[in-house]
Amino acid sequence: MGLIQLGRPDKDGSPDVITTTVEKAVNWARKGSLWPMTFGLACCAIEMIAAVSSRYDMDRYGAGVFRASPRQSDLMIVAGTVCRRMAPVIRKIYDQMPEPKYVIAMGSCATSGNIYDSYSVVQGVDRFVPVDIYVPGCPPTPEALFDGILKLQERIMQKRVFVTQPDQVKPIVKV
Amino acid sequence: MHQLAQRIQDTFPVGFLSSTEWRGDISVTVTREKVHEVAQFLHDDPGMDFDYIVHVSSVDWPDDEERFEVVWEFYAIRKRQRIRLKTRVPESDCIVDSLTDIWKGADFMEREVYDMMGIRFRNHPDLRRILMPDDYTEGYPLRKDFPLRGKGWRDTFDFLDEVPR
Repeated sequence: MGLIQLGRPDKDGSPDVITTTVEKAVNWARKGSLWPMTFGLACCAIEMIAAVSSRYDMDRYGAGVFRASPRQSDLMIVAGTVCRRMAPVIRKIYDQMPEPKYVIAMGSCATSGNIYDSYSVVQGVDRFVPVDIYVPGCPPTPEALFDGILKLQERIMQKRVFVTQPDQVKPIVKV
Repeated sequence: MHQLAQRIQDTFPVGFLSSTEWRGDISVTVTREKVHEVAQFLHDDPGMDFDYIVHVSSVDWPDDEERFEVVWEFYAIRKRQRIRLKTRVPESDCIVDSLTDIWKGADFMEREVYDMMGIRFRNHPDLRRILMPDDYTEGYPLRKDFPLRGKGWRDTFDFLDEVPR
């Protein structure tokens, strides 16, 4: 990115033209307008709700409008313990989300299963959906979730837009 | 002995096995054959009047000859009294009478006992698994000899062709 000053040389120092790449502009637009999907599964959901409420206000990062439909969202925040019986549902919802899409595993349960080393709990949501950001905590505070959002925004800024991405995930659901 | 337990013993001298009372909790153990009759008596008798079924649960005692114990808890809303009814079931013949014809609310709770412990209920209208999926084949997860981490079901994702990187 560069700034160019036009006009008379004795003008004040404010630039008139910003030069950048289209890729960066697209990424900037994408990172500033994340549309998360409500996927609260357990106690982490309470912190996620607090994060979008007035005290913390996740809207400041452009990620405040939670959609109830995967077809209108591009960020899935998996907040809570993932049971094996819920796994096909999460995968189906992930596949229904339009590209580009991102996944945040919020909390220890979604990251690794936490203490629930039992017959019914999946040991991390990354076993069946690709995860971009892991947010630790049990449950993570809203600040920790914000850190995850900001890290995700940094990550989005590094994506290539007009070339096929090597880590792009094709739908791998059996017919 | 509490008077409620005494009445059960007087009414069912054959099926009555034992009763305990601890801090106001009355437990009565009866033989498996008499469970339905005793439950009907608890529900219908005006002195008993237990019109609400609180819970159906089960216990696994792996070292005992009659391995499983089925526990029902009843509450009389008008008389404000509780009673707990227990019976023992051997592993080889894991079946007990359903009480869904007396209390309709027993339906889901008996299904949960069947799902988690594998105890079947005779004359239950719809005895299917309720928490685990219908095609779950690993057994009954709350039995003491079931491995804590299951038998691999939690790590198999049959809806995926390949595991994502």
